[in-house]
Amino acid sequence: MSEAVRPTWSPKEDEYGPVLARLKEEVAACMQCGTCTASCPNGFAMDITPRTMWRMIQFGMVDAIFDSHTYWMCSSCYTCTLRCPRGLKLTSAMASLKRLAMLTREGRREGAFYRAFMDNVESHGRVQEMGMMSGYFLKRMDNPALPLRYLPLGLRLLGKGKVHLPGGGQGRILGPMFAKAREMEAMP
Amino acid sequence: MSYAYYPGCSLTESAVEFDVSARAVMAHLGLELAEIPDWTCCGASAAEPVSKLLNYALPARNLAIAEKEMGGADVVAPCSACYLNLLKVNREVTHDRHLLARVNEVLLASGLTYSGSVKVRHILDVFLNDVGAKIIAQRVNRPLGGLRVAPYYGCQILRPYPVFDDPKRPTSMNRIIEGLGAEVYPWEHGDKCCGASLMMGHPEVALQSVTDILKAARQADVIVTVCPLCQMNLEAYQAEARKLGARPVPILYLTQLMGLAFGLDDEALLLEKNLTVSARARRRLAEGRPSGPDPGMEGEKTEETRKETPSKEERHV
Repeated sequence: MSEAVRPTWSPKEDEYGPVLARLKEEVAACMQCGTCTASCPNGFAMDITPRTMWRMIQFGMVDAIFDSHTYWMCSSCYTCTLRCPRGLKLTSAMASLKRLAMLTREGRREGAFYRAFMDNVESHGRVQEMGMMSGYFLKRMDNPALPLRYLPLGLRLLGKGKVHLPGGGQGRILGPMFAKAREMEAMP
Repeated sequence: MSYAYYPGCSLTESAVEFDVSARAVMAHLGLELAEIPDWTCCGASAAEPVSKLLNYALPARNLAIAEKEMGGADVVAPCSACYLNLLKVNREVTHDRHLLARVNEVLLASGLTYSGSVKVRHILDVFLNDVGAKIIAQRVNRPLGGLRVAPYYGCQILRPYPVFDDPKRPTSMNRIIEGLGAEVYPWEHGDKCCGASLMMGHPEVALQSVTDILKAARQADVIVTVCPLCQMNLEAYQAEARKLGARPVPILYLTQLMGLAFGLDDEALLLEKNLTVSARARRRLAEGRPSGPDPGMEGEKTEETRKETPSKEERHV
């Protein structure tokens, strides 16, 4: 990464501090054996190996963590978690890295699908697939061609009666739980 | 036996054929299902990157309802992600008093609490351990005549918690498939990740996984899945995977395959909902004489283009 131009600004320490502290606990026992890296089906697409990522967390290298896209390649297959000889919950650690990175603008773009999914759950109780995808596209206005990629599939699913137009579901049945969780997580 | 059924969101929409066939097959096997009233989304793999607390509280809400209103019946989930999220509550939350109190504080906003008394089961676990492969074989009316079936387990019923199968070498579907009169296609890709929701953010990465799986199933007649996201990824991107050298293969839910062998009606199987089961393949499956490679895909030609792209394993050292 060049020194002059950084795609992201690291957020202030009081924002990322609690998440990073938790992450450090999650991987504190890592002994750098590399079983996770060898097990990862998406490792070929990562810029930093999982093993190195755990070390960077232990050292608190936030800028390097924010610059990496490794954790966005995690598809939650849990192979590393199953195999970790230290019994670390590495898939959860990858999710924590995603939460940490979503404090940045670039991270919010990368995490757009997860956010759209959860927004949809909050609004409808059950995921409404077409509404969720529309929400995802709206969060990805940086890539206006994105909807076109999924349009043929959307039409095929619609033709088969496998998705329905936005609406329906359970309404805001989960609203109070989302509000409570937000309130509790805002407190350290 | 009676179960608290948690269909999960996908089964109400894009995986409706999984829901319908699962219910029909359960009924055929004499298992009673009662849907959890007012169930809501488990958060899938999207909750954890957004909120650690909701990752536990969303599935816990459904378990809390089952605990309160369904008399301690086991919760059965057909979807792998739902299953893992529900199971995670029992494994990670209920023995941690501090965390359980926090999760219950969130649940209280919905007027619920959860104590951890409900057992979580995947539908495959129920087939195997509550019914048994022997009984399943006895219920077969139309044996599948040596159909070569590749069992695809995906990730989240095997990992991280080994419950009813060996996560390193899963075999739980074998005895069911053989009991249906089909042949188990030998392959090493039954537990490989399909890319899951990476197909949304980084489709080029997920497509590589899908391609590798489809390539490995080259000689199989069908692949069976037990997860709506695996099913979607393996079905919906076959045209793109073909450009990378994969051959199209029809993908069925395990419950559809079981329904076929049980001789259930078309309305119980909904094979026309699958994206990779052509009318020709449907007829052949129904007549129980599968043979030779089938294009599977609707409206696509069989012409095979084999561009030798290096597989992921070869590149990733």
